[in-house]
Amino acid sequence: MDTQELNIEALEKNLPQVLRFVDDLLELAGCPVKTQLQIDLAVEEIFVNIADYAYAPGEGSAVIRAEISENPRKAVITFFDRGIPYDPLEKKDPDVTLSAGERPVGGLGIFLTKKSMDEVTYAYKDGQNVLTMIKRW
Amino acid sequence: MLYTQKTKENGKVCFALEGRLDTVTAPDLEKELKEALDSSAAELVLDFTKLDYISSAGLRVLLAAQKIMAKQGTMKVVHVNETIMEIFEVTGFSDILTIE
Repeated sequence: MDTQELNIEALEKNLPQVLRFVDDLLELAGCPVKTQLQIDLAVEEIFVNIADYAYAPGEGSAVIRAEISENPRKAVITFFDRGIPYDPLEKKDPDVTLSAGERPVGGLGIFLTKKSMDEVTYAYKDGQNVLTMIKRW
Repeated sequence: MLYTQKTKENGKVCFALEGRLDTVTAPDLEKELKEALDSSAAELVLDFTKLDYISSAGLRVLLAAQKIMAKQGTMKVVHVNETIMEIFEVTGFSDILTIE
């Protein structure tokens, strides 16, 4: 298993850099494009959540650890931040049966993360939010 | 990156999107749509032929456009690829939007 880490300022404008880091590793491991897009989706939602809320109203950094293996074919991506302790998985899933008029704008990010990955877990360890997500293909 | 090709004719507004509709690109599209969707816009067509990817930030823009067009006309999304269609289905957007 190949493990790589990216330490980056948690700012929305750094999203393309975060996605490039993950996508380059997935491509090397021969991950199919469709799976890659599903992983990108989850990575975007979690990174943007950290950028928007973890250190608000200030700023801070995040570490993204990617462990990608070809046998078995699996990606384990972990996000670490030292912001406000927050478990995004506790958030109730949105009601996806509501009509356009009844729908709040937003609130789908974590839900999409859970749907596009095989496993998502959260822990608060050593003063850090640790969110781990796993995808197999 | 997101490229948008826009046309407007007789109240019909068409946006052909190419690339990724994500946190970084969604605010620009939202701004362009708000500009294009004045009171004379009766029909909005979003062409997704060359759109590879959409995240929740993109879905928010679609929902906002749908809410505008529900008041003054119609909106449809055309040529949606399989990956994006799955996201529409999981989030219930396939019931909210008119997809062709």
